[in-house]
Amino acid sequence: MPPADDEWLDRDAGPVVRPYAVTGGRTRPSGGTFDLVTMVTAVRGIQAAVDDLEPEHLTLLRLCRLPTSVAELAADLDLPLGVVRILLSDMRERRLIAVHQPVPTRLNDALLLKEVADGLRRL
Amino acid sequence: MDFAGSDQDSRAKAVPVAIKILVAGGFGAGKTTLVSSLTEIRPLRTEEDLTAPSALIDLTAGVEDKTTTTVAMDFGRITIRDDLVVYLFGTPGQKRFWFMWDELAIGALGAVVLADTRRLADCFPAIDYFERRGTPFIVAVNCFDGATRFPAEIIRSALNLNAGVPVMVCDARRRASCRDALVTLVEHAIRLLAVSPDAVSSAR
Repeated sequence: MPPADDEWLDRDAGPVVRPYAVTGGRTRPSGGTFDLVTMVTAVRGIQAAVDDLEPEHLTLLRLCRLPTSVAELAADLDLPLGVVRILLSDMRERRLIAVHQPVPTRLNDALLLKEVADGLRRL
Repeated sequence: MDFAGSDQDSRAKAVPVAIKILVAGGFGAGKTTLVSSLTEIRPLRTEEDLTAPSALIDLTAGVEDKTTTTVAMDFGRITIRDDLVVYLFGTPGQKRFWFMWDELAIGALGAVVLADTRRLADCFPAIDYFERRGTPFIVAVNCFDGATRFPAEIIRSALNLNAGVPVMVCDARRRASCRDALVTLVEHAIRLLAVSPDAVSSAR
C-alpha cells in the first residue's frame, strides 16, 4: 500500500473506514452470507494463486486449518464480523475454503438436545 | 482446539455440530459475567448497516455518510465433544440492537434472559422479542448483592410470563449456577419440542 493511503487513513477516518480498507471498500460479501456458527475449513494443498490475497486472507486460511466458526475467526482476527464475512466470501469464490452451514433442523433432534444437556451438566 | 485426528481423512469428518445459545438481558444484568463464568470470553466486533430494513431507529440523522455502527458482543465456546460445540453469544440488550438479534436468533437453540430485580423492566424487550419469535427462553434472575430477593413466582407474574417459561434464581458469578441455567434452557427446548415440534421448527 502506498504511503499516501496510510496518511489518508488516519485516526480521524474513524473505526469504520479502516477495517473496510482490507476489503477494498466492499461492505457486502459475494454469494450467500455466513452465519456466526457456520464452520469454515481451509482446503488443503492449495499453493497457487494466493499472490493477490491480502495478509488477512492468509491469516484466515491459517486459522481455519481445522473447522472453525465464523464467530471465532472474527474474534481471533480482531476484525469486525462484516469484514471477515467479505474476506471469507473471497476465499469461497476461489475455492480456498470449505463452508459448512449450520443445519437448523438439528434443533428438532431431541436426542441431540439431550446430549447437549448432558454435556452441559458435566461442566 | 482439540479436534481428533490430524490426517486429512479424519479432518474432513470432524466438522462439529454447532449449537447457538443467546444470553440476553438489560445493560448490566450480568451477561458478560455469565458467559465468562462458563468459558473463556472473547469480544466479537460487528459492524452493522443502519440502513438495513430492520433498523428501526434514526441514529444517523444529520450524519448521512455514516451508515454503520460498531457493536461488541461477548462470545464464548463450550466444547461438549469433538463433534458437538455450544456457542454462547451475549446479545446487546438495548432495543436499538434488534437488527442484530434477528441474525443471532436464526437457528438458535434458545436464550437465557437475565433479569435484575432492581431494574426488571430492562429485560422486557428481550422477553417480548423471544416470545414473538417463538424462540425458547428461560428467565434467570441474577441475584445481586443488596438486591431484594423475590420468589420466582412473583417475578413470573411481574414479567407476565406464560406458565411454561422456566424462571430460576441464579448467581452469574458462580459457574455451577450458570451451568444450571443453560441446562434448564436446553431441557425447556426439549419439552417444547415434545409438545409442539412444528411450532418450534417453524420459529427457527
